[in-house]
Amino acid sequence: MGKFTKKRGKAKPEVSTASLPDIIFMLLFFFMVVTVLRDASVKVENNLPFATELTKLEKKSLVNHLFIGKPLKEYQSTYGTSPRLQLGDKFAELSEIPLFLEKHRASVGENSIPGINSSLKVDGKVTMGIVTDVKTELRKSGQLKVNYSAKPKAE
Amino acid sequence: MGRTRAKDRMKAEVNAGSMADIAFLLLIFFLVTTTIDVDKGVLVKLPPWSNEPPPEMKLNSRNVYSVLVNANNDLLVRGEPKLLRNLREDTKEFIMNPKKRDDMAEIPTKAIISLKNDRGTSYETYLEVYNELKAAYNELRETEAQKRFGKSFEFLDKVRQKEIRADIPLVISEAEPTNFGEE
Repeated sequence: MGKFTKKRGKAKPEVSTASLPDIIFMLLFFFMVVTVLRDASVKVENNLPFATELTKLEKKSLVNHLFIGKPLKEYQSTYGTSPRLQLGDKFAELSEIPLFLEKHRASVGENSIPGINSSLKVDGKVTMGIVTDVKTELRKSGQLKVNYSAKPKAE
Repeated sequence: MGRTRAKDRMKAEVNAGSMADIAFLLLIFFLVTTTIDVDKGVLVKLPPWSNEPPPEMKLNSRNVYSVLVNANNDLLVRGEPKLLRNLREDTKEFIMNPKKRDDMAEIPTKAIISLKNDRGTSYETYLEVYNELKAAYNELRETEAQKRFGKSFEFLDKVRQKEIRADIPLVISEAEPTNFGEE
């Protein structure tokens, strides 16, 4: 029966790959937008504690980070083993906090200053002494919105 | 003849076949460098700094829920040792005072939680305690929202949220820590 003979010539339809670059580009843009390039390498031990009542920090540009923890092994010879404060990418003294906050305030617009959050990334093993000192310093500089960074606890 | 050929050549396009490869390369780069860690934490509002000592306030002691965390990370709540896992329920009972006991808060708006720690208290414990206290308030607001509007607190509109917040205000007063246990 002629009807069912194979049409040899027309076979082998290929999937068009012309749109492949577009798809890849879409993925690429997605990751480019999502990516947060780490601007500071953390030089202190930073095992965040767990908590349940968490608030997500929106607007990355309106957040400044203060790290507190024991210096990592390679810095212990210079900075000792007691917990230290890290601002930006270097160790700092408490007295440098006002300047650090002021610099960050200058970098964001005038209108967004009230929206600035300070994210305290404190190692769980640190004692409250240094944390209280940092909090006092923040209060003196008028930075009252603070976020104790923590990991979500699985319940 | 020669002319037409030249025109054909003008129309020749750049080979876009390698575009996908380039895009892939970039994609892989971003895939590797991406750290999708969302910044989450316990949000607190610190009291403004003032050089004068805070004004003496006369508080009815029934409205104050004092929580002490010492350098050994033990809890002392209203003069009695307490375990962390009981703190949340106990706080809720104190704030709402369902049995109308005369040693607990008169009304939720008058309840004040006073948190005090030593300089030697570990941050982990401190945050756990703070978290429990905050959780107690959040749970109370949630039940209140369910009772009044039959909706979860986070799905209520701003006005209603504010209303509930005003009725169950979160007041955690933190005292200056004592100098125990500083390393």
